[in-house]
Amino acid sequence: MKTNSISIDGQQITFREGQTIIQAALEAGIYIPYLCYHPDFEAHGSCKVCTVRVNGSHCSACTTFASDGQVVDNHCEDLNSSRRAITQMLFVEGNHLCPSCEKSGDCELQALGYYLKLFGSHFPHLFPHREVDATHPHILLDRDRCIFCELCVRASREVDQKNVFAISGRGIDSELVVNSPSGTLLDSGLDVNDKAAHVCPVGAILIKNQAFQVPIGQRKYDKNRIDDADLIEVKHDHIDS
Amino acid sequence: MIETTIKSIIHHHASDPTRLLDILLDLQNQFGYLSAETITQTADLLDIPVTRVQGVVAFYNFLYAKPVGRYRILLSNCIIDTMHGALAVMDQFCQQLGIKPDQLRSDGKVSIAETSCSGFCDQGPAALINGVAIASLNSQRIASIVNLIENDTPLKDWPAELFQRPDNIQLPGYLLKQAITPGSAISSLLSRGTQATLDEIEQSALRGCGGAGFPTASKWRYCRDAEARQHYVVCNADEGEPGTFKDRVLLNQFADQMFEGMTICARIIGARQGFVYLRGEYLYLKDKLQQIIDERTANHWLGNDIAGVTGFDFEIKIRLGAGAYICGEESALLESLEGKRGIPRIRPPFPVTHGYLNQPTVVNNVETFATAAKIALEGSQPFNQQGTANSPGSRLLSVAGDCTHPGIYEYPFGTRIDQILDDCRAENTLCVQIGGPSGTMIAEADFHRHISFEDLPTGGSFIVFNGTRDPLEIAGNFVAFFAHENCGFCTPCRVGTTLMKNTLSKINSGSGSQDDIAELHQLCELISKNSHCGLGQTAPNPVMDTLACFAERYQAKVNNRTFTPDIDLEAALQEARQLTGRDDPAAHLDQFNE
Ligand SMILES: Cc1cc2nc3c(=O)[nH]c(=O)nc-3n(C[C@H](O)[C@H](O)[C@H](O)COP(=O)(O)O)c2cc1C
Ligand code: SF4
Ligand code: SF4
Repeated sequence: MKTNSISIDGQQITFREGQTIIQAALEAGIYIPYLCYHPDFEAHGSCKVCTVRVNGSHCSACTTFASDGQVVDNHCEDLNSSRRAITQMLFVEGNHLCPSCEKSGDCELQALGYYLKLFGSHFPHLFPHREVDATHPHILLDRDRCIFCELCVRASREVDQKNVFAISGRGIDSELVVNSPSGTLLDSGLDVNDKAAHVCPVGAILIKNQAFQVPIGQRKYDKNRIDDADLIEVKHDHIDS
Repeated sequence: MIETTIKSIIHHHASDPTRLLDILLDLQNQFGYLSAETITQTADLLDIPVTRVQGVVAFYNFLYAKPVGRYRILLSNCIIDTMHGALAVMDQFCQQLGIKPDQLRSDGKVSIAETSCSGFCDQGPAALINGVAIASLNSQRIASIVNLIENDTPLKDWPAELFQRPDNIQLPGYLLKQAITPGSAISSLLSRGTQATLDEIEQSALRGCGGAGFPTASKWRYCRDAEARQHYVVCNADEGEPGTFKDRVLLNQFADQMFEGMTICARIIGARQGFVYLRGEYLYLKDKLQQIIDERTANHWLGNDIAGVTGFDFEIKIRLGAGAYICGEESALLESLEGKRGIPRIRPPFPVTHGYLNQPTVVNNVETFATAAKIALEGSQPFNQQGTANSPGSRLLSVAGDCTHPGIYEYPFGTRIDQILDDCRAENTLCVQIGGPSGTMIAEADFHRHISFEDLPTGGSFIVFNGTRDPLEIAGNFVAFFAHENCGFCTPCRVGTTLMKNTLSKINSGSGSQDDIAELHQLCELISKNSHCGLGQTAPNPVMDTLACFAERYQAKVNNRTFTPDIDLEAALQEARQLTGRDDPAAHLDQFNE
């Protein structure tokens, strides 16, 4: 008999046909950590922070569809410790100097780090050399902080219909590139009201001249831990729609 | 002028963005490299974002955004070529040509760099010169190549002897003993019937030869049953797993049979279009393959109304890769066929329902199609009367490394490793790498095991290492390969393979500690369990296997400290000592070395 229910860490929840595990979980008030997932976009499945165990094997919760009777492990020490290591990898892969970053307190990577009780970067830093693009009058692109979630890529393509951003290169030499004659944001057609300008989970794409409008201590993740903040958002979305 | 050339090349490819790779390869042949201007104009003419073109150029090893030599030398850095002296070959080239790796000589004539395994491990060291493979490099051949280059001799006028590449078939079996007569399997298909032919392949229990071993008949049936406007057949001739070269030999001698297998598949699944995705390293085979396609078309074994049957239409196109191991992964291959970066797709859905251009697609290995043709001709019995219960049939092995008779060996599944070692005259064998870097390394205690899906599966590579080799250096070479070849899509593999490579180098350089060994264990676990595709899921295998088989060698290489920093703190203090004029004991960090 079809019950449309799965169990996450022993808790039974129901899902609707076509929902992924992460969608069903968030809707039921269960937090599964993520970075590249975003409720407004099709799943991407690249950060691997949302990796859960489904009937014994590892899957991305954002790309795996919920199906009847799945037994899902989410909050257990081994999965959280992998998530911690993946988060640390993202930190050492770029150049993240949180104390001097405008996004501090609003940054999902940082907030996830706190949530996972990450006290240091653990791995040796790779110190890549990446370009900063400050050409746009209203928007700053600091590639040092990019985590390749491709949210800006997806937002620009799907919502703004502009294709301003793309990933180029391969492997550890991947880089975020800008679609414009000069290769910079200046002549890219990116507008300060575009979704792509606001969707970055970290401090790689920033709106200029807003740095400290909200003081440190009163920012999004100063008020709520990332799990609560994300669940509150899902609830709002649900009520709105 | 430049613009007209670009226009005509793009026009030649029907201004079709899915042909982007072909277009860029042609443009590069024309201009030597792909300048920012060429890239922008191509994007404009195809009406796609310039970043898409840029992204593709930066993804593939054989596409260049910066000038390279009119003669481009790429030396294969696979472990076997390295064992056969690839480093000395690099030195000799550099010295005689007056160049350094990754640099363009000031006159713009020549450049040299490394490339991943080029598929000539039975006759290494090997190189690609302007994309064309040259094997068996030795001092004498290097000297004549240097001479030809310095004299500006066009590649087409180089002595044919330089381009000899023997097939080295050492032990033919079921498949290799004799190629089928062209057209004969198609006749059998037509007389036996389409469904009955699929049943025959089902009965044979043929499993894919590219590595994963998925039952071929099931794949074809799933694809046939998927409703769509088009179905496609794709032959995976990317053969990128280091140490594998059996597909090269099949393509050279059994291409007709492989095309016939594709044609049979097309009839069964209802496809009208097929592709052979040929790795860029095998460029030299392209014309020969095209010629066979043309002959088959002239003989009505391809094209419209095949064998006179109305509506039995099937055409095959060859598409070249451009240097990316990941494009052997079937969904990355499809992305590449569509003219994109080779990023593996989210699966499911699988290619059988959502493949090329989102249409149902069968992707099979070269050997799988060649075998299927033979089964269609002779029935399942001759095939599956050999092998084991779970692994019927035979398997082609590319045997190379420390043995006196490298080459292609065809064995029934169930053949023991020690027998293969005897046959290829391997002596003093320390360990064998089965299935390439992504496969399994076994040491002597396991030489009684056998080749099969249930014991030691392999996509065809069999590398022998003798007692003079250092397993940690081997693992280091393999891990560097994955760090170089991963696509960069997912975090654990993108970052983890580089961290794994660096940690292993640290140990190999003698500055590792116990902590680094523990670190490797954790990285392996993390990368294998959390990666998006098979590359990341198997990339830690060489480290895990050597940690298991050769734990004592790791111990011998690391020092007794629990932790060594990644930077040399003592050396870092040198500048301060100089500035302060101090050199007394308290200005040194000797305490760390106790
Ligand atoms: C990283 C990676 C590389 C691969 N390279 C190849 C290859 O070069 N040739 C091949 O036939 N299969 C390769 N495969 C396996 C293919 O994804 C696919 O399973 C195969 O082409 C299916 O054909 P088969 O069923 O005939 O084996 C690779 C897989 C991965 C994960
Ligand atoms: S710039 Fe921001 S949104 Fe875009 S890929 Fe990088 S981290 Fe993601
Ligand atoms: S596992 Fe590696 S190769 Fe595969 S998608 Fe992830 S980064 Fe790319």
